[in-house]
Amino acid sequence: MCGIVGIYLKSKRFEGSLGNMLSDMLINMGSRGPDSAGFAIYKEDEEENFKYSLCLNGADYEKFKKEILNKITISKIEKNSDHVIMKSKDHPSVVIKVLNKNFKEISIVGYGKSIEIFKQVGEPKDVVKKFNLQSFSGTHGIGHTRMATESAITTDGSHPYSTGEDECLVHNGSLSNHNNLRRKLKKGGINFNSENDTEVAAGYISKNLSNKKSLNDTLKDGLKDLDGFYTFITGTRKGFAVLRDEIACKPAVIAETDDYVAIASEFQAMAHLPNVNNAKIFEPEPGVVYSWGN
Amino acid sequence: MELDLKKIKLRDVNDKLQNLDRKQNQRDFNIINPEGNHAICAGLTEEMNVTIKGHVGYYCAGMNQKAQITIDGNAGTGVAENMMSGRVHVKGNASQSAGATAHGGLLIIDGDASSRCGISMKGVDIVVKGSVGHMSGFMSQSGNLVVCGDAGEALGDSLYETNIYIKGNVKSLGADCVEKKMDKNHIKKLNKFLKEADIKNLKAENFKRYGSARKLYNFKVDNIGNY
Repeated sequence: MCGIVGIYLKSKRFEGSLGNMLSDMLINMGSRGPDSAGFAIYKEDEEENFKYSLCLNGADYEKFKKEILNKITISKIEKNSDHVIMKSKDHPSVVIKVLNKNFKEISIVGYGKSIEIFKQVGEPKDVVKKFNLQSFSGTHGIGHTRMATESAITTDGSHPYSTGEDECLVHNGSLSNHNNLRRKLKKGGINFNSENDTEVAAGYISKNLSNKKSLNDTLKDGLKDLDGFYTFITGTRKGFAVLRDEIACKPAVIAETDDYVAIASEFQAMAHLPNVNNAKIFEPEPGVVYSWGN
Repeated sequence: MELDLKKIKLRDVNDKLQNLDRKQNQRDFNIINPEGNHAICAGLTEEMNVTIKGHVGYYCAGMNQKAQITIDGNAGTGVAENMMSGRVHVKGNASQSAGATAHGGLLIIDGDASSRCGISMKGVDIVVKGSVGHMSGFMSQSGNLVVCGDAGEALGDSLYETNIYIKGNVKSLGADCVEKKMDKNHIKKLNKFLKEADIKNLKAENFKRYGSARKLYNFKVDNIGNY
């Protein structure tokens, strides 16, 4: 199963309530994925910092804060439950090295100029509450509720997966060629933190985007290279894109109004959205890339 | 009678419709605020008119017998699946597997139906005013599938004795599905479906009929060595 949701705001009108809209969608999709949940919120940093989303995994926050402040220049650091959002002007190539070298138990969930990612095991309604998703504002957001199939119920096994700057991926389905593809991508320099199939798809997308392929072309090539069942939502700094495999067993429905584009595994996850009954509602066709903002 | 799904639990609404209080002689119902819930109006067995105002989730009107159900919105996966009789009318679009395995009755979809429309249908008549997605009519056994728009890939794959009528283009035919001649009887039957679905601007003569080449499912003595 698994549930996936996403909102892209076309107008500024709802930016303040993005978190509110997304949290109701995630809670509703708890019926498709009760094991864990996660979300990525895109909000440009006003001071153009890089934002690092970190999961403490039990590490002591105050100790970490004290130590990291000695190693890199940090503009702002803030704890949200067991996650930390750290803002810095230092380049990711430096910061990631420092984090990996000195703070082994802390995992980097994502980083970029806009993205913030939070994910954890537990029922979606509890995860939403834990991170206070309702209070978030932003331009677009993506979420996932997980019913684990391919790997264990852990934070690392939860979506969204981020393997590149401001990129993330959520997935409903399963891939069958992920082990081979992971080996290939590892040789090409992509790092993986889990045994999860979706992380491989995220790595595949990052690898192709870093080779200057467009998101559209990357996803189209994915139809050939990714074997399995999937509905993907992939987020970028500017927007998101949706792709279903050509068999299209995994559901998706899109609602588009003048103010927003929303996508969910089932319509009921969007039933609370403003003016949704007058939205243009359609199912994305199999094997066709749909994108907004990119 | 109005049934508001914001105020009454779905289970209670279905229970009421599945077990009509005959003393009240109430046979007309409006369901409001469906909000994409699943299995609304599943398992109705008596004559009644139900209108659902809004979009519904999975398996709406599943297993229907005798009831006339109108969905004033879109329907999720498996609308009218395993319907036995009666009539289900979707005024918007339907998701995949509309009318799956249905034995009888009439399913009308005003918009498009996505993939696998009429999969394994066993006698239902389905009229889609828009187009249908890939693998429609897959392993369909009997009944009629009428499509006023186009059909996606692999139409009628491995079908048995269903008649498929398509007005627009067919992207590709599935295994053992072939175009067949339209005779007077087919035109007469198709006209009946068009009339029932209130379609006035299309002529039965302009449709093409597809059915089974009967090479896949018939036992042939030549193949005895394969068993």
